[in-house]
Amino acid sequence: MNRHLISAADLSLDDAVAILDTAEELAHLAERPIPKLPTLRGRTVVNLFYEDSTRTRISFEAAAKRLSADVINFSAKGSSVAKGESLKDTALTLQAMGADAVVVRHSASGAPHRLARWVSGSVINAGDGTHEHPTQALLDAFTMRRRLGGPDGLRVTIVGDILHSRVARSNVWLLRTLGAEVTLVAPPTLLPVAVDGWPCSVSYDFDSVLPASDVVMMLRVQHERMSDAFFPSVREYSRRYGLDGDRMALLPDHAIVMHPGPMNRGVEIAAEVADSPRSTIVEQVTNGVSVRMAVLYLLLSGSREHDGLGEHGVAEKDAEKHAAGNREADKPEAGKRGAGKRRAGERELVAAGGNPSRPRTGARTRGPA
Amino acid sequence: MSPERQPGQARWLVRGARPLGGRPADIMIEGALITGLAGSGRDGRELVSGPGITVVEASDLIALPGLVDLHTHLREPGREDAETVASGTAAAALGGYTAVHAMANTEPVADTAGVVEQVWRLGRQAGHCDVRPVGAVTAGVNGSQLAELGAMADSAARVRVFSDDGRCVADATLMRRALEYVKAFDGVIAQHAQEPRLTQGAQVNEGEMSARLGLAGWPAVAEEAIIARDCLLAAHVGSAVHICHVSTAGSVEIIRWAKSKGWQVTAEVTPHHLLLTDELAASYDPVYKVNPPLRTAADVAALRAGLADGTIDCVATDHAPHPAESKETEWSQASSGMTGLETALRVAHEAMVNTGLLDWTALADRMSARPASIGRLRTLAGDQAQLRHGCPIAAGSPANLVLYDPEPIRPVDPAAHASRSRNSPFAGMKLPGQVVATFLRGAPTVLDGRLTS
Repeated sequence: MNRHLISAADLSLDDAVAILDTAEELAHLAERPIPKLPTLRGRTVVNLFYEDSTRTRISFEAAAKRLSADVINFSAKGSSVAKGESLKDTALTLQAMGADAVVVRHSASGAPHRLARWVSGSVINAGDGTHEHPTQALLDAFTMRRRLGGPDGLRVTIVGDILHSRVARSNVWLLRTLGAEVTLVAPPTLLPVAVDGWPCSVSYDFDSVLPASDVVMMLRVQHERMSDAFFPSVREYSRRYGLDGDRMALLPDHAIVMHPGPMNRGVEIAAEVADSPRSTIVEQVTNGVSVRMAVLYLLLSGSREHDGLGEHGVAEKDAEKHAAGNREADKPEAGKRGAGKRRAGERELVAAGGNPSRPRTGARTRGPA
Repeated sequence: MSPERQPGQARWLVRGARPLGGRPADIMIEGALITGLAGSGRDGRELVSGPGITVVEASDLIALPGLVDLHTHLREPGREDAETVASGTAAAALGGYTAVHAMANTEPVADTAGVVEQVWRLGRQAGHCDVRPVGAVTAGVNGSQLAELGAMADSAARVRVFSDDGRCVADATLMRRALEYVKAFDGVIAQHAQEPRLTQGAQVNEGEMSARLGLAGWPAVAEEAIIARDCLLAAHVGSAVHICHVSTAGSVEIIRWAKSKGWQVTAEVTPHHLLLTDELAASYDPVYKVNPPLRTAADVAALRAGLADGTIDCVATDHAPHPAESKETEWSQASSGMTGLETALRVAHEAMVNTGLLDWTALADRMSARPASIGRLRTLAGDQAQLRHGCPIAAGSPANLVLYDPEPIRPVDPAAHASRSRNSPFAGMKLPGQVVATFLRGAPTVLDGRLTS
C-alpha cells in the first residue's frame, strides 16, 4: 500500500482486498468485552476537518481510539484556520507536532494531495471537495461484501448528483478495481461531460436499471444544486430519480439499498425505503469504523512491505527476517513501549487472532534508525 | 543609406551571426540603428572593425529582431511583491524582448491617462525594454462603463491596445461601443474571451480531467462563443479585435473563418498553451493553474497548426507573476497565471521549430513583426519613428536584436529568473536555447546571457 490514502483510484486489487480483509478481522473486535487494541499506542492521529462532518470525524475518531492512538481534533472553527492560516502553515504546524497520520476533510478538491507534500506522516482523505472520499467507498464495498458477497460481479447502480459527488467518484474507481459492474443514473445535468470515459455505464432511466441491480446507492441532493438550474424542481427530481416504495419493488429480492448519509428523506429516498430491511444505512455507519480502523492499521502499523517506494522497504524486510519467531507482539499487551519517540519505518503489532491475509503481521520489527 | 554618424555614438559589430537562422553575416550597429549588414549570404564581404567599434563574436548564434510581447502583467502599480516594471522588463530583456505591452489590471487599474503614463515612465526609467501600456476598456475593469480611451490614446503613453484582460468584456453592447470608439485613433480591443456565466468557479478545462479531479470545468464553448460574437461585432462595426490567449481547437476554427472573410481579427497564443496539457492538473499543483486553463493534446496540436498557418498571428506570453503564497495553497484558492517572459522563445523553439512547423523566419514574424503590427509599433512615424519595433534586420531599421544560441538544452530554473516571482510551469523541464544578447535601439540590455545593468 502507498503511504497515503488519497484516492480510491490509487488502490490496487491487493490493497483493497487487504483493507477489506483486515476490516473483517477488526469488526470482530467490537464483540469483545473491551473493544480496543494497543496497536497504535503512542501514535498521533490528527483529524483535520475544514468542513463540518460530525459523522465522518467521529467515525475516524472511534477507529483511532479503538487502536489506542492519541487523537487530536483540529477543526476550522475555533482554530488558527479561522484566522486565515494557510493550509501549508497548518500542515507545517502538524508536522512539527509529530502527527503520524492526518485525516483531512476539506472543501477544496485536491487539498489532501497538497497536504501530502508538506507533512511526512500519512495523509488520509476523508473527503475533498467534489473529488473523492475513499474510505466511504471502502466501507460501501465492505457492506456489499458482508451482505451479498463480492463485490466482484455485483451490479451496482449509483443514483444522483454524480457531477459533484466525491462518494460516486471513489466508488466508481474502487468498484472497478474490485470487479463490480457500475451503472450511474442521473439527470444529464448532474453527470460530468466526460463521463463516457469512466469505467461504468450511464443511464437516464432509473426504472429500466432497477431490475438488474444488486445494489442501489442513493446520493444526497445538495441544497445548493436546487437553486442552480441543474433540475427544474425538487419534486421533479424526486419523481424521476428518487427511490420510493414503488421503485424499490422493481428490485430483485436480494438487492440492497445504500446511502452514504445524511439523507434527505422524501427527496432522493422515501422513508419507507430508508427504514426497510433492504436498507444498509445504519450498517454502513458501523462498518465505517471497522474500515477506518483497517486503513489506519495498515498505514500506520507498518505495511511497508507493500510499498515498493517505502524508503526503508528493503531494510525493513531484512529486519523482519531477523525478527521472525518473535511473537510477543501477538499478545494484547504488546505496544508497551509507551509514548517514546518513534522512528521511521518502525512497526509494531497486533492483532487478536492474527490476520489470515497478512501472515507476517505477527512479527514485530524495527526499521533502521 | 546609413545616416550620418554622430560623434560619441556607440558602435557595435556583431560578427558571424545568422540572421533569421540563415547564412552567417555581420551586422553593424551605430547609435540606435542598424547601419550595415553583410556577409557570405549577401556579397561575400565582411564588415570591417575599427577604432571605437565593439565586436561581438556571434558565430553559431541566430539573430532575430527584438521580440515584442502583446500580453505582459508587470503588476506595478499595486502588486510590487509579485513584479515591478523594473523586474518584469529585466525578465523580458533576458527572454529576448525589446518591447512589452503592460496589461491594465493593476491596482489602481490603468484606466486613466495618469496611470498609463506612470507605467510608461517606469518603463523608460528601467530601460530594459520599451513598455507600452495597455489601457483598460472599462473603468476599473468592471465591465460597466467605458474608460477614457481617448485620453489614454492621446497621453504620452500613446495607448493603442485596450483590454480588460483577466476579465471578459461580456456585455455585447459595451463591446460593440468599445470597438466602434477606438476606430477614431486606430485602436484595437484585446478581448479576454470568457463567457462569465459558463465559467463560474471554473478551475480546469472541462473534460476528462475535470471529471476525474472533481474540479469545476471551464468549457471550451465559453471561449469560443465570445470569440464568435466579437468577430461578428468587429465585422459589423468595421473595427479591429484581437483575441487574447486563444486556447481551444474550436477557437482556431472560428478565427480562421473570420479571417477568411477579411475581417480585422487577430489572435495570440501563449507559450504554455503550445506545450502543456491539462493532464498536469492531476498533481493539483497550482503552478499549472492558469486562465484560460491548459487544454487537451488535441487543442495543443490545433493551436500549433493555427500559429503555423498564420490563423493565430503571434505568441504572447501572458506573463503572470504571483508571489509564492498565492500558489502554495489549495488549487481552487490559488491565483491563476504563469510566468513566461524568460522562457517564451525557448518554448516556441521547442514547440514550433523543433517540430518543423515554423522556421526561424516565420517564428520571428510571429514573435516580433506581427505582434508589433497589432500593437501599432511597426509604423510609428515622426518623432516616434525610432520607437518602432518588429522591423526587419536591415540597414536603417532600429537596432532591436536578439542573439540566440539554439544549441544548449538545459532545465528551466525559476530561481535564476529575473522576475520577482517563481511560478514557472516549465520548472525543471529541459528546453533548448539560450538568449545570449539583446539590443534595444543599439544598446545591449543583455550580454553573455546577463543583464547589462
